[in-house]
Amino acid sequence: MEITVHEFKHCDMIKVKGRVDSATAPKLAQALEAANDGGKYKLVVDMSELEYMSSAGFRALLGAQRNSRRYNRGEVILASVPSRIREALELAGFTELFKTFDDPLSAVGHF
Amino acid sequence: MKTVQFAAKFEFLDEIREYVGNIARESGFGDKDVYNIQLATDEAASNIIEHAYENITDGVLELACGVQGDIIKIILTDHGEAFDPSEIPLPDLKADLSDRKIGGLGIFLMRKLMDEVHYESRADKSNTLTLLKRKR
Repeated sequence: MEITVHEFKHCDMIKVKGRVDSATAPKLAQALEAANDGGKYKLVVDMSELEYMSSAGFRALLGAQRNSRRYNRGEVILASVPSRIREALELAGFTELFKTFDDPLSAVGHF
Repeated sequence: MKTVQFAAKFEFLDEIREYVGNIARESGFGDKDVYNIQLATDEAASNIIEHAYENITDGVLELACGVQGDIIKIILTDHGEAFDPSEIPLPDLKADLSDRKIGGLGIFLMRKLMDEVHYESRADKSNTLTLLKRKR
């Protein structure tokens, strides 16, 4: 798994590439926490090159969503969610907790 | 049915997924089924590593996988604490963000993605979790 962060004027985009499982999810959680700790609460998670995500990754996203939405200061939104991952998120009831966008640019434009 | 042993550590999840994924793919399961079989096996293995082998650093996870007819069968065996996934309460998938509990989600996904899940804990401290899925 690789994570890259792009800072935009109104939000940060966190691109997750590769596979997120119990071994790698802590790194994703750390990246999201680091953004929150830096006062960034409007976050786009770009999943366009994400191959796989288990519930360990869902857990990382949930923690970040909770922290980001607190006091209405922001939210985590998902961009370019691959179909298999979307199906698992749906099964887990997570698609109600995150807005999803077809591509990263329209996600950035949301903020 | 071929059996392989893995150290019960998260860093081997990649190999565990690859192992079952290859067998499923070679047996004619489609991409969607292959992904879901890998996800269910990952969740099962993660759970064993996290709970059955909690505080145990040298645990071994045995993974057996084979296909008979239209059914793929995956058996995960551990020698840690008994941990029956059916005793884990189902997560509330409708709960608000603030009340959403993440515990049990992996187990829930595993049950949803496979057709059958069986758990057996023997007195000699060998626990087996069997996952079955039919080709669609």
